[in-house]
Amino acid sequence: MTRIRIRFSKRGKVRFTSHRDVARIWERTLRRVELPVARSQGFSPRPKLHFGLALSTGHESEAEYLDVDLVDGAVVDLDALPARLTTALPGGLIAAAAAEVDPSAPSLQHAVTSSRWEIEVLGLDLPTLEARAEALLAAPELVMVRQRKGKDVTDDVRPHLFTLQPTTPLDGGALLVAELGTLGRALRPSELLTLLGEEAREGKVCRTHQFTEHDGTRSEPLAAPTVAEPPRAAAIAAAPVGRPSPAPHAEARA
Amino acid sequence: MSTVWPRLEPILPRVAKPARYIGGEDGAQTPEHHPAKVAWLLGYPDTYEIGLPNQGLQILYEILNERSDAVAERTYAPWSDLEAELRAHEVPLFSVDTHRPASDFDILAFNISAELTYTNVLAMVDLAGAPVRSADRSVDDLFIGAGGHCTYTPEPIAAFLDFVVLGDGEEAVGEISEALAAWKARRAGGEAVTRLDALVALAGVTGVYVPALYEADHDADGRLLGTHPIHPAAPDEVEKRTITDLGEWPYPKNQLVPLTEVVHDRLNVEVFRGCTRGCRFCQAGMITRPVRERPAEQVRTMVADGLRRTGYDEVALTSLSTADFSGIEAVVGGIVDGDDPPPADDGEGQGPGTSLDCGSGLGGLASDISVSLPSLRVDAFTVGIAAEIQRARRTGLTFAPEGGTWRMRQVINKLISEDDLFGAVESAYSQGWRRMKLYFLIGLPTETDEDTLGIATLARKVVEIGRRHHKNPSVTISIGGFVPKPFTPFQWFGQNTREELARKVGLLRDELRRDRGVALKWHDPKATTVEGIMSRGDRRLAPVIEDVWRHGGTFQEWSEHFDMQLWLDALERNDLTVEELVYRHRIEDEALAWDHLSAGLHKDFLWQDWRDALDEVGLEDCRWTPCYDCGACTGYGVEHVVASAVPPAGGSQGTGRPAAVPVTLGSRPMATTS
Repeated sequence: MTRIRIRFSKRGKVRFTSHRDVARIWERTLRRVELPVARSQGFSPRPKLHFGLALSTGHESEAEYLDVDLVDGAVVDLDALPARLTTALPGGLIAAAAAEVDPSAPSLQHAVTSSRWEIEVLGLDLPTLEARAEALLAAPELVMVRQRKGKDVTDDVRPHLFTLQPTTPLDGGALLVAELGTLGRALRPSELLTLLGEEAREGKVCRTHQFTEHDGTRSEPLAAPTVAEPPRAAAIAAAPVGRPSPAPHAEARA
Repeated sequence: MSTVWPRLEPILPRVAKPARYIGGEDGAQTPEHHPAKVAWLLGYPDTYEIGLPNQGLQILYEILNERSDAVAERTYAPWSDLEAELRAHEVPLFSVDTHRPASDFDILAFNISAELTYTNVLAMVDLAGAPVRSADRSVDDLFIGAGGHCTYTPEPIAAFLDFVVLGDGEEAVGEISEALAAWKARRAGGEAVTRLDALVALAGVTGVYVPALYEADHDADGRLLGTHPIHPAAPDEVEKRTITDLGEWPYPKNQLVPLTEVVHDRLNVEVFRGCTRGCRFCQAGMITRPVRERPAEQVRTMVADGLRRTGYDEVALTSLSTADFSGIEAVVGGIVDGDDPPPADDGEGQGPGTSLDCGSGLGGLASDISVSLPSLRVDAFTVGIAAEIQRARRTGLTFAPEGGTWRMRQVINKLISEDDLFGAVESAYSQGWRRMKLYFLIGLPTETDEDTLGIATLARKVVEIGRRHHKNPSVTISIGGFVPKPFTPFQWFGQNTREELARKVGLLRDELRRDRGVALKWHDPKATTVEGIMSRGDRRLAPVIEDVWRHGGTFQEWSEHFDMQLWLDALERNDLTVEELVYRHRIEDEALAWDHLSAGLHKDFLWQDWRDALDEVGLEDCRWTPCYDCGACTGYGVEHVVASAVPPAGGSQGTGRPAAVPVTLGSRPMATTS
């Protein structure tokens, strides 16, 4: 069985569609390009698509992933595929790369350990944001109540706070680059906003990367193509890409 | 080009389902406006999910954008949360195609298919920045138009509409564009033209009714005496438009594929317009006569091209009674077979449930495609086809007997015998279907409790049949209250009171309480009553509708917003009663609020059919049996256009054999509208 992984971005007006909407768009798009997708067994065969982490309605992304199982013996030109897909996709959804992956490897949902986000934080100027971010990173624990499946759950989310890097000032706020853990109960950008204080409001949010961690090495489920758009803020180039800053009690976590 | 997007974007994160407002659908157009072109904003007065699939709107959208003298964009009713934000931030109604404000357009034209959306029409006109009353609009304001089935009974909203298009809009919108373009040119040239000049020009287009050029007279008791023209340009009777050759209009060519969830989310191909079964309760059937079928070959092409283009895996062949499409088997067979299957050494096995190669065009796709037939003649043969079509993607089946006893069905002229129904149900269950849905009306003329309870009896027998094939068969009975409609033989019948409808629902609930396997659903009798207020209403209702709107009564089709008290209060403030408007039987020589409009049917034919109904006499389908001169064809000099000279298999009313049962086959439950 052949499995291919597609990396795509979601920018612009289409950000207001939901994750489920995007799933349906992909089903139709794969039919339009006549990709030989395998079907599930049973009474109601569905195309075998495996989506990665859901993206909240309203957020943008440069790093969304989708795994597709193809019928046995299918031959697909993976180099040409992203362009073919992009042509068939609605505006704002762009297929960046496609590659074959090992079907026995852990699924996207399980393999991804963190997402990196560019978050427009409104209501706080850069110095205030820097101070707040520092305070959060210095805290030994950050217990908060969150909503999951309609119920309130209480967690220490400090272990999910990998990095927080305020970068540039914006009109009415500042830009924050944050890497947030995704395993267990993932820490969402909107939840991070509440940790930054009452006045903090969410502007545009964009996921720039998803990371997997395997044997101590970090990588992406599928790298962006080398001829990529320049990052939105020049300061991103200076943002640390190495290991996330450990929580003060990292040993206990491991 | 002006756009409200920068003001709209920051609001969207605060509202539900923001994807309703972003456009970007496959098939969406961004036409280039020009002062000389007539700019149409086509609107559906309900949410995006309900309005996007509307075929009429999509057809006119394409036709107008193909013209050199017009452009068209689309708009839908903002949900109440967005409406509040728009008003708070002074953002006007906008098109979803380019987010242009409504004021950038010349015409705001609605497709109105349900009376309970009237208040949404007012809300959208107001959001567009135009005065809600036609008489208050200036020469710079939008022209507000309407089309769709409710336009045959437009008098309740006549005060709010500048023009109404009766019948098929394909040709009429072109002529309206020409008329308005000429008026705009005169104005641009410096002539002192008035708004009345434009309205008079529109009245000159056949099929266009301009309410401002008519007056309605009432007697001292408020009873309508008649509606007559007050301007020489207005005809005494406005005739509907009928396109005679559907083959000349292969629209939509690029059906809109939404980014987000909508009802009827599949490829929809209209196979014919009109219906001649003559069910007496059905306004749609009566006003869209005669039948005009699309050539079978064109249906096949539209299906194949449409599936390839959209990537949908489901196609619905739509019409009022698809069973009667004379080319139905050939078309369905063609979809199922598609191209030649791929050669044996490609892929491994082709049975259901295994991987299927979809690389070879429609041939590969065909085995994945499910075909939805809103109405399918059921005898053993066609259920066989249905099984083949659906393969493993099986869902519920819907039948619409409408009447609970044979006597009742004769009165309404839906001549289905019990044997037909049970035979069809037996075939379906034995072919693997487990869930069945049956539609019935309550409150039909001459209905007795025996007829009402007949529904329960049928339901029970259907479940019994199901138990011979399945452990847990299920039957859902869906009950709607009957609302008499204009231009039907039942237009003189006084509607059942809401208490009576509720009582009948109660009868059925008690009767079916202990029956496992039967689920009962019913439409709110209060909503049925409000629909009845407007269904046969006259101009006295304008202040009532405006009153309900001003008190926040939008989205009355939605149970979470429907509020009967708003309507009752508004009626009281205007000295009107539900008894007079809804429950009262009309008499033969009273003036009706649609006498000045024509769907082609002779009024005396309808009266005679009403008398026949009361005598329980059935009437045959005139496509295959001699004409009984209802007026629809003879008046226009047209004839039925059928794709095949041979009637469909399974017999038909009037051929001496029992008529087959209309069946709805879908892979998704249909959204329930009134």
